Amino acid sequence: MDFLTTLFAAGFYLATLIFVVGLLFKIIQYASVPAPLKVPTMPAPLTTGGATLRVLSEVVLFSSLFRSNKWIWLFGVLFHAALLVVLLRHLRYFIDPVWMWVALIQPFGKYGSFVMLIGLLGLLGRRIVVERIRYISNPSDYLMLVLLLVIGGSGTMMTFVVHTDIVQFKQFMLGVMVFDFKPIPTDPILLVHLAAVMLLMIIFPFSKLLHAPGVFFSPSRNQVDNAREKRHLAPWAAKLETQDS
Amino acid sequence: MADFDVPDFRPYPFVPELKPDAMKGKGPFIAKPVHQEPLGFPGELVDNWEEKAIEKMGDMLKKYRSFRVYLDTCVRCGACTDKCHYFIGTNDPKNMPVARQDLLRSVYRRYFTLAGKFFPKLVGARDLTRDVLDEWYNYYHQCSQCRRCSVFCPYGIDTADISMAAREIMDSIGHGQKYCNEIIAKVFKIGNNLGLPERALRDTLNGLEEDMEDDTGVAVKIPLDEKGVDVLLVTPSADFFAEPHIDGLMGYAKVFHQAGISWTVSSYASEAANFGLFIGSYENMRNISQRIRTAALELGVKRIIFGECGHAWRVAYSYLNTFAGPFDFLDPKYPVPQHICEFTYDLLQKNVLKIDKSANDDMVLTFHDSCNVARATRMGNFPGGQFVIPREVIKAVCNNYVDMPADTIHDQTFCCGGGGGLLTDDLMELRVKGALPRMEALKHVVEEHGVTHMAAICAICKSQFTKIIPYYGFQMDQIVSVHQLVSNAIVLDGGEV
Ligand code: HEM
Ligand code: HEM
Ligand code: SF4
Ligand code: SF4
Repeated sequence: MDFLTTLFAAGFYLATLIFVVGLLFKIIQYASVPAPLKVPTMPAPLTTGGATLRVLSEVVLFSSLFRSNKWIWLFGVLFHAALLVVLLRHLRYFIDPVWMWVALIQPFGKYGSFVMLIGLLGLLGRRIVVERIRYISNPSDYLMLVLLLVIGGSGTMMTFVVHTDIVQFKQFMLGVMVFDFKPIPTDPILLVHLAAVMLLMIIFPFSKLLHAPGVFFSPSRNQVDNAREKRHLAPWAAKLETQDS
Repeated sequence: MADFDVPDFRPYPFVPELKPDAMKGKGPFIAKPVHQEPLGFPGELVDNWEEKAIEKMGDMLKKYRSFRVYLDTCVRCGACTDKCHYFIGTNDPKNMPVARQDLLRSVYRRYFTLAGKFFPKLVGARDLTRDVLDEWYNYYHQCSQCRRCSVFCPYGIDTADISMAAREIMDSIGHGQKYCNEIIAKVFKIGNNLGLPERALRDTLNGLEEDMEDDTGVAVKIPLDEKGVDVLLVTPSADFFAEPHIDGLMGYAKVFHQAGISWTVSSYASEAANFGLFIGSYENMRNISQRIRTAALELGVKRIIFGECGHAWRVAYSYLNTFAGPFDFLDPKYPVPQHICEFTYDLLQKNVLKIDKSANDDMVLTFHDSCNVARATRMGNFPGGQFVIPREVIKAVCNNYVDMPADTIHDQTFCCGGGGGLLTDDLMELRVKGALPRMEALKHVVEEHGVTHMAAICAICKSQFTKIIPYYGFQMDQIVSVHQLVSNAIVLDGGEV
């Protein structure tokens, strides 16, 4: 096995491990900390079904963001929707034979890359140009966008400018999944793409990318408005009651 | 009139500019040991406060999911940056909701996240120093906990929640705010925020009864500590003495009288306001709430109704069941607790009250949605009832009603500028500046639609507005209670027309 193959195979295992364990840890942490008070931002749904829809509308449509700022919403939706399609298109490197629907969305994913880049550039532009957003930005906020631009940019380059050997790459990828190592193509641009993706996976559980799981746990959005009908008591708060009596 | 500039009304549209440190060092008075100790907090800043503060933060991260999730989740997208009335009025960038959160988040990152431990500069993490504490104190007391930013955040991050947590941390190391803590101590000692003892309360209520009888010729009562009645009314103590609150209280009394429903005020639980909310203290909020349960049990009532008060209704609607429930000893036909507007609205629907709308014909009304009622509670049995029901009550007793612009009402309402424990003279500049967006909206309907009065259902809103409205060229008496309008229009049986 050549050096690069070893390096990238090992990198994938490490990045996947950190990503999965880190994310699981955070999700379990969010789920296990109680929300002792009823704090939905009103008006809120009166049923669990309604609250589920509310969270889904935040996830799918970014509905609160739409009310607050049309530009951020536009660039945000362009970026995230394109990201989703691009990632789905990526499934073809990991499965064989490729599922029907993954084959069907290939062209969308291909051109989705441009949409994704436009969204990212729009967000970066706002961060630099709008004084208020510049004020609240930390270096990591710019770097996150730059990292995604590097990933998106290198990917788009491969798709449209300097092609890499996709057949050989797929063999490498499928091999990594079953611990049967095949040589990786050595085009620098592919290696940049993959290295940046690994970095993204590693920082995911330690960064603001936690907004992806976090949005599902936000009490102001996922709680049902039924405080008068149903008594809401956290375990640690129930202990206060037994102390009284 | 003031030693600061009252902000100009803004031309539209506008892009807010930043004036860094415009409100630096303008925080409220710090609590003394006499204010701190009755609440179970250290009297003054403890020696190892840095350590204690971090310890407290760690403790809260385990108790409050909101705290943990909100601190992690913000992507600094900037959607909330222009939504806070204090930022709009002061232009201090640290009054932008996300910047306000970041004062605490930076410390969270430093002590509780790997990124902040190893790369503090990169992710904006910082050590907890005296400067940071001063910044916390200053800017977490420039947030009225109105939740407007939460409405607009894609993850619902609620800066109000973070402010409460920050105040709880500061209290726990002996660095509390005088105004809130002094008031809470009074509730524990006497029963209400004003420190009005039972004798004085009885005299006041007798005085009001006389006024109503002189006015209407009907003996409308405001019973105190009467056992075996149907309803316990819990109302903010400002209703007993401040204008225009008092007129609202007389309105409730007339509604009860006319509906023939027996009721009482309690001297033990003579306060609806629960300042425990403002300092984020579960224990204090709970202790204050428990007084209401005790009073209801002692008086043997069947229902609990709350008077016009914004954050009181939040604690009542959203938390009373948690803090002082279950209320299985009350009449299950009615929600516990009920809002006085829900009560009056039901009676109006059933045509139990006789109304002469023309009594309010000298006014053109608009309605200020109080922030905590709008964004933290409900009225009635459908979402948004908190917007509909007070307006329906107003429209049922007034002929002339106009809403303020849509982006300043309902769940987008702007805070009066004095909520969240900031209704104190040592924060006058902040209060005046924070009222700017509401004053702009009012000015708009005054000029376009000839509005003469603004009605409110919150003791703090009413006190704040009557105080600051002259700075913007209006008159104090342009602020009215919703039940003051009911009081004007209700026709009492046996009364003079
Ligand atoms: C459940 C899935 C997700 C939801 C609901 C979601 C939602 C959002 C929203 C509402 C914003 C704020 C608006 C904006 O700036 O675009 C945002 C920002 C962002 N999201 Fe996501 N997101 C999700 C998953 C992801 C994933 C998987 C990534 C990364 C690969 C990501 C990367 C980002 C970045 C970098 C920003 C900040 C953009 C900026 O700097 O302005 N998101 N996300
Ligand atoms: C294990 C993870 C990944 C692998 C193995 C991978 C691999 C590849 C390869 C081989 C291409 C070239 C496609 C071609 O030449 O037709 C590509 C393209 C691309 N990649 Fe990735 N990538 C990964 C993750 C990501 C992620 C997380 C993003 C986005 C944040 C991304 C964004 C793109 C884009 C925008 C393109 C160009 C459009 C397209 O062909 O779909 N990739 N990727
Ligand atoms: S809107 Fe929410 S996520 Fe965006 S900057 Fe404000 S607090 Fe952070
Ligand atoms: S809760 Fe209200 S006062 Fe506090 S930051 Fe948000 S908008 Fe401003």
